Amino acid sequence: MTQTATTMQAGQTRPARTAPRRSWLSDIPDLLTRIVAGLIAAAAVSYVVGFTLWTVVISFTDSTLLPEYSFVGFKHYFTLLRSRVWQVAYFNLTIYGLGFILGATGLGLLLAILIDQKIRAENLLRTIYLYPMALSFVVTGTVWAWLLNPTIGVEHFVRSLGWAQFNFGWLVDRDMAIYCVVIAAIWQASGFAMALFLAGLRSLDADLYKAAAIDGASPARMYLRIMVPAIWPIVVSVLVILLQTAIKTYDLVRALTAGGPGIATTLPTNVVYDYMFQRGLMGAGSAAAVMLLLSLLIVLLPYALFQRLRRGKGGGHG
Amino acid sequence: MSALSVEKLRVRFGSVEVLKSVDLAIESGEFIVLVGPSGCGKSTLLNVIAGLEQATEGRIEIGGREVTGVPPKDRDIAMVFQTYALYPAMTVRGNITFGMECRGVPKAEQKEAVARVAKLLQIEHLLDRRPGQLSGGQRQRVAMGRALVRDPVLFLFDEPLSNLDAKLRVEMRMEIKRLHQRIGTTMVYVTHDQVEAMTLATRIAVMNGGVIQQFADPQTIYDQPANLFVARFMGSPPMNAIPARLAASGSEIAAMVGPDAATAVPLPNATAAMKDWVGREVVLGIRPECITLPDGEQPGKPAASLPATVEMIEPTGAETMALIRVGQSEIMARMRPDARPAVGSVASFALDTAKACLFDPKTESRIA
Repeated sequence: MTQTATTMQAGQTRPARTAPRRSWLSDIPDLLTRIVAGLIAAAAVSYVVGFTLWTVVISFTDSTLLPEYSFVGFKHYFTLLRSRVWQVAYFNLTIYGLGFILGATGLGLLLAILIDQKIRAENLLRTIYLYPMALSFVVTGTVWAWLLNPTIGVEHFVRSLGWAQFNFGWLVDRDMAIYCVVIAAIWQASGFAMALFLAGLRSLDADLYKAAAIDGASPARMYLRIMVPAIWPIVVSVLVILLQTAIKTYDLVRALTAGGPGIATTLPTNVVYDYMFQRGLMGAGSAAAVMLLLSLLIVLLPYALFQRLRRGKGGGHG
Repeated sequence: MSALSVEKLRVRFGSVEVLKSVDLAIESGEFIVLVGPSGCGKSTLLNVIAGLEQATEGRIEIGGREVTGVPPKDRDIAMVFQTYALYPAMTVRGNITFGMECRGVPKAEQKEAVARVAKLLQIEHLLDRRPGQLSGGQRQRVAMGRALVRDPVLFLFDEPLSNLDAKLRVEMRMEIKRLHQRIGTTMVYVTHDQVEAMTLATRIAVMNGGVIQQFADPQTIYDQPANLFVARFMGSPPMNAIPARLAASGSEIAAMVGPDAATAVPLPNATAAMKDWVGREVVLGIRPECITLPDGEQPGKPAASLPATVEMIEPTGAETMALIRVGQSEIMARMRPDARPAVGSVASFALDTAKACLFDPKTESRIA
């Protein structure tokens, strides 16, 4: 959903043209630009807004594999909210979301601070940390499924070193499997968080470090009280980006655990897919999708307001 | 008491020697200005004194205590930075108290200290604002407040005025001088601006190429520069350096300048050192204000007369500067505001040679 939204914005921006001598010939490129841009914008708007609205409409119907317009009101919403799979999925989303966002932000910040210590081979390390970001969630999921698989992964490896009693079977443990998803997601996204934090730290005035040294701040106090607050807008951006990534996550779970064991790692997106395409219940699936969209809005609207407020204050830092 | 002493200090970054054996002894209560062009090592020297950079060799004492290997926070110093380096996410109050917070000073004491410093710098109304909401001058004041609240043995200033516009710079310069007169703490101040150096310092250390060229009070630096570098760096426009040949007639010594060394500039204060140079090439150093158009009202100073071609004049309002030519050398002269010699004409300029200097053309150091 959000990806198409950016395409739409890009389509609407027209390159500014200044024609010194205006004739009908010189108007042609300009006209062409308008037509192309208009088409893209129209397509984007109809896809994003149109299909979103259509999904909303269908969520109030009893559609199965094909749409039909017998309205049943909020029936699917109530059924879903009461269903165990939806409750488990949202509970999982909470654990996964908190674990992933805090974990990736924390680890990213730690890596950024460590790299900021004027170390050797900085470029190499930065690239290595950022690399997971270039992978698809499906690849991440598959690789971590191998790593965490007790019979071929970490557990097997440590046992082969001689610790025969070593147990690391989170992936097949109902209560712990969701943390496997968290670990894989953190591995993928912390490099991205690091890159943004590092850029932020590097944009700070070098004299700040000197001033903190003379004031006698310990490294921990210096970063927590001065540097991180100074790049706070970046921290907020990272949190929001990770949050919407968390809510959208679907493929990672598919590849890593397929939602299992049982429904122990199912996320709301998996439920939507399951209803729509596995069970052929378009109406219920649409209701689930709309509820997911609403939870995204709940997250993104305050952020948009926060940004507007910041601009309104004419602030910014430094 | 000695506030700061630096002995045989060397700093090397890889193969680059930034400071080559620097010695500096500063008494308590002095205002020392380190001045020099970019890359002369003045900021490095300040950072080494602060403990922010490590010396390769040498010894530093602050307040009579050896500080080699002592971290910046334990050196009993405070520093004001060129970019102010205020903590952007903290209020002015937070910026001022942060150092005390790190040292675990009790809250009540912190409050008292903030009130005292805020009153001294007249920033009471700014205490709850953030640095982003302050003007350049206000930020500068807050940065000084953060340093003052520490009540250190030594204040270090790293080009604190170079980010301000010209008018504000003059105001803040006076304020810093007033502050020094009031609190009397030793200050070490780095700048590339020779006017700041002249106006603020009790003693100036002129640096170039990682070496202190001269360390003396402003008047000595101005009147008796140790070498041609100091002579040219201090003063605006700089001291004129005119190639000359020394000649003697009886007990009188004169510098012969101009085409074929035809014009004699008598030097009244002949010293023994000068006599050794009779008949040899020297560089005559003479300040622009010692070259004027004669106006008939000057007292009976021993003035030499120098015929020169007027190449350009620059009226500034308070005075008129003239670029004149004698043989191969271009010379700046500082004249009365209403003086308007015709460009291209040859005029006879009056030279006051009482403060003229002579330099060795090879070593560039001063002979007399």
